[in-house]
Amino acid sequence: MPYRAEKPPLPETPEQLRARIPGWGADLDPADRPSYPRERSDLRTGAHWDFPERQPEPYPRERSIEHTQLPPVFGTAQPLHGAAGAIRRYAYDRFSEGRAAHWLLLIAADRVESTTEHLKSFATTRPDNPITETGILSEPRRHPIASRKGRVDVRHQVLDPLIVAGPWIAGGLAAVAVLRRLTKSS
Amino acid sequence: MRAMVYRGPYKVRVEEKDVPRIEHPNDAVIKVVRAAICGSDLHLYHGMMPDTRIGHTFGHEFIGVVEQVGSSVQNLQVGDRVMVPFNIYCGTCFFCSRGLYSNCHNVNPNATAVGGIYGYSHTTGGYDGGQAQYVRVPFADVGPQKIPDWLEDEDALLMTDALSTGYFGAQLADIHEGDTVAVLGAGPVGLFAARSAWLMGAGRVVVIDQLDYRLEKAEEFAYAETRNYTEYQDIVVEMKKATDGLGFDRVIEAVGAEADGNLIQHVTAAKLKLQGGSPVALNWAIDGVRKGGTVSVMGAYGPIFSAVKFGDAMNKGLTLRMNQAPVARQWPRLLEHIRSGYLKPSDVITHRIPLEHIAEGYHLMSSKLDGMIKPVIIPDED
Repeated sequence: MPYRAEKPPLPETPEQLRARIPGWGADLDPADRPSYPRERSDLRTGAHWDFPERQPEPYPRERSIEHTQLPPVFGTAQPLHGAAGAIRRYAYDRFSEGRAAHWLLLIAADRVESTTEHLKSFATTRPDNPITETGILSEPRRHPIASRKGRVDVRHQVLDPLIVAGPWIAGGLAAVAVLRRLTKSS
Repeated sequence: MRAMVYRGPYKVRVEEKDVPRIEHPNDAVIKVVRAAICGSDLHLYHGMMPDTRIGHTFGHEFIGVVEQVGSSVQNLQVGDRVMVPFNIYCGTCFFCSRGLYSNCHNVNPNATAVGGIYGYSHTTGGYDGGQAQYVRVPFADVGPQKIPDWLEDEDALLMTDALSTGYFGAQLADIHEGDTVAVLGAGPVGLFAARSAWLMGAGRVVVIDQLDYRLEKAEEFAYAETRNYTEYQDIVVEMKKATDGLGFDRVIEAVGAEADGNLIQHVTAAKLKLQGGSPVALNWAIDGVRKGGTVSVMGAYGPIFSAVKFGDAMNKGLTLRMNQAPVARQWPRLLEHIRSGYLKPSDVITHRIPLEHIAEGYHLMSSKLDGMIKPVIIPDED
């Protein structure tokens, strides 16, 4: 009880725990723990440079304004492009990581890119397919009802189809509204 | 090559992409043998992580064979079987030289608050990940390590993140002999953290989750007591009752940004993206730990603000410790533990899924169907 000095007794002694659990107490001594202390300067990393050679910069690489220089190595997976790229560039050039605007703009750019890339996919031989890309065809084989029984997350899982289909429904409604307006005006 | 690509929230598919090339003299290109989907990949999959670009290949847990090396690589050769830590790091910056490999300053132009991570959006550097047939691995002399002959592929795969992170989380909790330890979350990281707590001399380990099948795994794999929080009106009260009103000495939060247990927190974070994460488990950790105790945070959160009960943490005099795990630092000791028979990492694997069916893997992981705990992705069927 916390109202007195004694700590509540444990259900098992160290000897019982050692007998029941493989390796119990093997790292009892902090010296056996690899991240103790957390900061150490005696570790060998395999690096054979003081400062790494710089990777070529094939295009102006966006960077946080908190970086005073472009780090020597970086990913080149998906360079900035299009409207989303412009928003992202603005977020990186204008706001530090400490500003909510930085992150909210990046999230907004993600949504813009999702929409534009979906639309662009319809002009390709492999348009987006929300049925196969969401993996929901696996449901019947994976115990969909028994797996969800008694779970609290089922309450909000119903929102998932809305997140996937919502933009498509909204887009459809918008298209219908535009068509109606055009029909009326002609 | 074939690679998983992100097509927007809740949507992924497999596409043809160019095989990565050497972009820096210390790069290697690795042919992926096994990859995994991590619980934190779901934050990307659900569209929560800022600057997750269409076409990005996820995957920060993978092992493979060296296919190509850059001109300055000294420690690896073509054909070597290697495990690759999820951290990308240079080994010599201010932070790396102090052992903070996950906080490297030389690999991520997009942010200074986080280091480089494979396949984890441009917020962590814009590197494609390992859920593909090939992957670019920067600083090949620093991160990757040859897999010992005696170590099985799937055990090595789990060394690249889940096991190392769970083990690191238990260390951050600063466990002393006889401490009571609660672990929030019975996913792979939580299971490994619970198991690791015993290695550090815990006197009692309790794992808390809402999924019964995962709690059964915690009892069997991690020798832990369990609580299903949905069976209690208030899990914090139960945490206090379980410790005679004191609270746990140490609490390890192994849930992160999509925690359930509070509908408003979850929906505002995971669905509406108005928070960096749903800090339900973190708040339970703060309230369920004893005054003067330690909370270790292994759960991943996005960079936006989250509604954390910081006042309670301050008033209780807590020590809050957290970081992305510096994976390679954990390996020598973990290899000893595996070899001694104290740990068998692959025991948490529940599903093996061909790369071509990865959309199904993400759906199963996201919806927690079919007893899913840890899925392994197989890029090429043997």
